[in-house]
Amino acid sequence: MNLEFRTGPTRVRWKALRRDRIGPTFVVTCAIALGIGAAGCAQRQAPLEDSAPLGATAPEVAAPAPQFDAPLTETVPVLSEVLSGPIADDGILSQSLDELNSDSPLSPAFFGLDSAELDDGGRAVVAANAATLKMYPTWTVTIEGHCDERGTAEYNLALGERRAVAVTMYLVSLGIAADRVQAVSYGKEFPFDAGHIDTAWAQNRRGHFVITSK
Amino acid sequence: MHMLTSHQPMWKSNTRTGRRRAGAPSQWRLVLSIVTLCSPFVAGGMYASAQQPSEIAVVISGDPGTPPRYVVPDFVALDSEATDVAAEMGQVLWDDLEFEREFYLIPRDTYATVPRASTPDQIPFDAWRELGADAVVFGTVQRTGDEVRVQVRLFNVQTRESVFSKEYVGTPVNPRLYAHTISDEIHQHQRALRGIARTKLAFSSNRNRERLVGTVEDREVKEVYISDYDGGNQRRITTNRQLNLMPVWSPDARAIAYTSYRRGYPDLFIALIYDGVQQEPTAGGTQNWLPMFSPDGTSIVFTSNRDGNAELYIMNRDGSGVRRLTNHPAIDTTPTWSPTGTQIAFTSDRAGRPQIYVVGADGLNVRRLSTGESYADRPTWSPAPFNEIAFAASTGPGYDIKTYDLATGVTRRITFGEGSNESPSYSPNGRHIAFTSTRAGDTQIFTIGRDGRGVRQITREGSNSTPSWSN
Repeated sequence: MNLEFRTGPTRVRWKALRRDRIGPTFVVTCAIALGIGAAGCAQRQAPLEDSAPLGATAPEVAAPAPQFDAPLTETVPVLSEVLSGPIADDGILSQSLDELNSDSPLSPAFFGLDSAELDDGGRAVVAANAATLKMYPTWTVTIEGHCDERGTAEYNLALGERRAVAVTMYLVSLGIAADRVQAVSYGKEFPFDAGHIDTAWAQNRRGHFVITSK
Repeated sequence: MHMLTSHQPMWKSNTRTGRRRAGAPSQWRLVLSIVTLCSPFVAGGMYASAQQPSEIAVVISGDPGTPPRYVVPDFVALDSEATDVAAEMGQVLWDDLEFEREFYLIPRDTYATVPRASTPDQIPFDAWRELGADAVVFGTVQRTGDEVRVQVRLFNVQTRESVFSKEYVGTPVNPRLYAHTISDEIHQHQRALRGIARTKLAFSSNRNRERLVGTVEDREVKEVYISDYDGGNQRRITTNRQLNLMPVWSPDARAIAYTSYRRGYPDLFIALIYDGVQQEPTAGGTQNWLPMFSPDGTSIVFTSNRDGNAELYIMNRDGSGVRRLTNHPAIDTTPTWSPTGTQIAFTSDRAGRPQIYVVGADGLNVRRLSTGESYADRPTWSPAPFNEIAFAASTGPGYDIKTYDLATGVTRRITFGEGSNESPSYSPNGRHIAFTSTRAGDTQIFTIGRDGRGVRQITREGSNSTPSWSN
């Protein structure tokens, strides 16, 4: 795990904050602050081991803040909160793709019968996955479109494609670069739940996120 | 019988078979050379001079209004090395002849009381006659090293005259192929019917229970397998440990096109099964699935989302000359060619739910077939002389196979809710349909007559789906 990987998520989080909640003036100041922070990190490259406590970096970024306007100081705690997620979690960063996908941080989005439209629940799942993908900007994913067994094998390949594309398009609309995402239909192959009842079918109609590189 | 309507166009089909056989140095190396023995052969000097060997005498008939009754006893092994081959031949031939229902096959377990003949002049015609037989098959098998020599004669029990006699020479690798060949020739000779005993089925199976290689959760792969039409000689074709789905035969029965996920997304591959060559006509970069060869074998129609959603495309077999066939925001998929190659039937949900449509191979004149179904998929166009499209229709919890007659617009049901039944594929003589069914538990391949009779289970190992019936 090198320094570059550690700073990556920080930068992306800033972008997210910037767009969602914070005005343009703040963007500039934050960029400066981040630049200083990053420079500080670069100088201190050697001490920053994998296990280095997060607390060590957060104050480093926060330190220059008082030189600017008052609102900036208010945001500092927000920054440290955000950072604590990915960097503290050595587990995720050090996991292999197999391990990641077997207990994935990305949840599947489920679909209604014969439908390829994301409902509110589905959109919430995709949004959460988008946030995670922003934390790990090097990850690429395949969105697998799956169907339950009640459709025919042939038509389901196209229906699954439609589902995978629906998830992909929403993900891209949330700011994930299109070249990080591939939509692939599996039709009714690879059901989550091999059962032949409603609850099994509901589990199987899904857009399944698979991390393909990190 | 009611299937006599199919006789007339068999000649055309038969020339196709002939060509395939001529150029078939198959990996299972069974090139049969056929020598017609002096015919008519007369057994035991019992030839009645009153009989004239006219054309009528060559065809053995049954009692008026009933099919001729055949007996197929064990073949005679002329040496100890031939015992294994001989043992299998009689039963396989019996099954083959029974399959088309042109003859009534007297059950083999009733032959016990009939004395065995080692030579034609020992054939106990009186005993066969007592059993009600109109025709008796007499065959011998001789094995010399790696050469197998099979002689077969078909006798009219009434006249004791041999109406059909041939010799077949080949290797001992696949004894069943001798029986299949004899069956096809007897059907051709006696009924002017193109038999399908030498045809094969291709399908997708998880039977090897191998796991997907890659970064995803524990998943089973599916590979392409083939078998004889009756389920004999099941063999694995693909070995890439990925999902390999929906194989289809080329018209010359030497290649199988299929949809594989070996690139991480669905794409088309062609396996030249007798040459060990794999072709990749779409060459990666786009997602493509459900290929189907044109009747002349030069083109492939398939589904692709390369322009944003599932549409139909046609390309030359080598991947060149891709042209788009449909253009609609709805799903267009599951294409199949008409026997003449001028039209393509496909599935579209442009009216809401999946329905069967037909479009010209030039992309013009799209029209919906009024099958009256709520959900219909996998159209497959029958060969001549039938002019119908079989498909899977939603009939409650599952699907059933139905046929739509293009001349009359009448929809006919072939299966009746025993399990869910999907993915029909016609035999090359149009008289049978292979399909996927859950009627026996796991998904398995079955065949059924186009009249809905004569269900046979083809696969039993693992789960198996989406059959394609070869020429």
